[in-house]
Amino acid sequence: MDEALLGALLASTLRVSTPLIFCALAGLMSERSGVVDIGLEGKMLFAAFAAGAAGAVYGSTTVALLVAMVVAIALSWMHGLACVSHRGDQVVSGVAINIIAAGMTVVLGIAWFAQGGQTPPVSAQVRIQPLFPEIAAAAKDIPVVGGIVGDGLLSHNAMVYLALVLVPSIWWLLFRTRFGLRLRAVGENPQMVDAAGVSVTRLRYTALTLNGMLCGLAGSYLVLAQSASFSANMTAGRGFMALAALIFGRWHPVNALWACLLFGFLDATAIRLQGVHLPGVGEVPVQAIQAMPYILTVVLLAGFIGKAVAPQALGKPYLKER
Amino acid sequence: MNTSHALPRWADLVLLPIVCLGVALLVAAAVVAMVGQNPAEVIMVLIQGAFGSARGLSYTLYYATTFIFTGLAVAVAFHGGLFNIGGEGQAIMGGLGTGLVALWFSATLPAWVMLPLMLLAGALFGLAWAAVPACLQAYRGSHVVITTIMFNFIASTLLVYLLVNHLRPAGTMSVESVAFSESAKLPDMRTAMAWVGIDWPTSPLNVSLFLALLAALAVYLYLWRTRGGYHLRAVGSSPGAAEYAGINSRHQIVIGMSISGALAGMVGMNEIAGVNGRLLLEFVSGAGFTGIAVALMGRNHPFGIILASILFGALFQGGAEVAFEVRGFSRDMVIMLQGFIVLFSGAMVYVIAPRLAWILAFANRLFHQSTQSSKSGATHG
Repeated sequence: MDEALLGALLASTLRVSTPLIFCALAGLMSERSGVVDIGLEGKMLFAAFAAGAAGAVYGSTTVALLVAMVVAIALSWMHGLACVSHRGDQVVSGVAINIIAAGMTVVLGIAWFAQGGQTPPVSAQVRIQPLFPEIAAAAKDIPVVGGIVGDGLLSHNAMVYLALVLVPSIWWLLFRTRFGLRLRAVGENPQMVDAAGVSVTRLRYTALTLNGMLCGLAGSYLVLAQSASFSANMTAGRGFMALAALIFGRWHPVNALWACLLFGFLDATAIRLQGVHLPGVGEVPVQAIQAMPYILTVVLLAGFIGKAVAPQALGKPYLKER
Repeated sequence: MNTSHALPRWADLVLLPIVCLGVALLVAAAVVAMVGQNPAEVIMVLIQGAFGSARGLSYTLYYATTFIFTGLAVAVAFHGGLFNIGGEGQAIMGGLGTGLVALWFSATLPAWVMLPLMLLAGALFGLAWAAVPACLQAYRGSHVVITTIMFNFIASTLLVYLLVNHLRPAGTMSVESVAFSESAKLPDMRTAMAWVGIDWPTSPLNVSLFLALLAALAVYLYLWRTRGGYHLRAVGSSPGAAEYAGINSRHQIVIGMSISGALAGMVGMNEIAGVNGRLLLEFVSGAGFTGIAVALMGRNHPFGIILASILFGALFQGGAEVAFEVRGFSRDMVIMLQGFIVLFSGAMVYVIAPRLAWILAFANRLFHQSTQSSKSGATHG
């Protein structure tokens, strides 16, 4: 029983964490290059809508994923036009993206599908199914660890594993390649990068493009893997939670992964702990667990558990001297 | 920036905001047209719904009241160089303070004690909710934008917790408190106007509108007519110079955010004390974010904020009317337009301004050429 419960808990933690991981990595790309990204929530929401709409209309997973990414990249570039090409306020631009996404997805949803802002559910072929259900079913019969391995680790779809693989990939990209070095440099000291003859603008746009692709994946996961259709405001603050995870992970991909898993775990347990009496503690209010990621992030930011040091040039527009 | 593209002062103050609003409206109209609606028809119904009747106007002003509070909140923080993105959470906490005081004392205290007490409690709760992130920025170096976002979520979960587990009367399904006693009800505009003999239609509009206007006046006087306001603006426009002049920027961060939070907290007077008469969920519903759009539109000046609030009040009221009359239109269209306004009046100003300057310079040159050629023509003739 216990190990079945652990397996189920592990499984739901991974499922809940996946969009957070995509989104936190997206934020990481942008913020490491010095561009604040408050608009993660909006980009993920718009991508989810795009995936739902394209998936329902064209009946193809690939098309749905591509459309979601293209839409999120377009929003990222809009952010770039305002804040990288020009010296617009990055926070204001992010807020604008969030509000536009919240309104426009419903407007377009009603106009195109007339279901009160929802998209029609995508078919089972379009949905992203578990990657190896047979092995997972077989692994369940292993004594002792069967629940954890079969249910917890092997029952997932390709996007969950993709998110987990992307973490070391992005770590490698950022810390072991020339491009990564330049990207981090542009977030710390853009003047220096410019003096070295590398275009600050191009680097930041590249970061924003990768940011858009990852936001597209996060949004399409919600529609193609978690639930079958888009519904109004379905991201429900996940973008902000990913932002919190990114900060809690101190702008490092591996730490951000742990933060996402922690927040996902809290989310998964909050549902299970509803009305449960814990020995010694009594009944833990669900809301306390739900608020925990935000409280933890504030405490970390305040410097009470370690110190979160943001990229030096974060939020500062770079103006090339002429 | 490039000085050749600098706008003349009148254009910067008057023309640029209008052009930015125009671009936002055009893009929104394009979306309206794209989804198969007639933008002209939508705008006519919208204006008619917002201003066409005393009742419509009343609703417009009711929405505007809340936006004045949240817009002023954003503006005060902005003058101190701070971006208060947490108006939403501060308004939730303000409503909570207003509501708690009303629940505890409204059965025993008379209205003339109760209402000021509710205002004070709301302002104090909002103030406290903004002061914590402010202190964290001033003394611990954590950025106020991120912490106020986190505080928004913490405030809304706190409100849910209190309502679900403590304030909701046992055995009821809906998540709301019991109704306050009569002494905690802010007079609505119909009652207030009846005192001076004017017949006003029934609507959610209440006397907190006057409170909002007073708050706008107070903000103006504080920012531009007091030493404290000068200090705050000095820190906002040039922290280094302010520090050199002996102004403690940490104090100003805390003071600026506190005033900002108190203003946002007063939303409770309109929504909780004025309209609902009980504590419930979702009484802020995005007004904190609308405040950002309002402050940007109103260029962070109290007078501009009042105008922008009326504009947004009209959009919300008119939008509701359009949703009722035009098939396939929803209130979300207004949310979308709000987003475009934040985008074009806030983030894209530096994209629009040089182009506007170029057009102005071009028009200027044309004008001068034509006057010169007419002059030279006169001398030859």
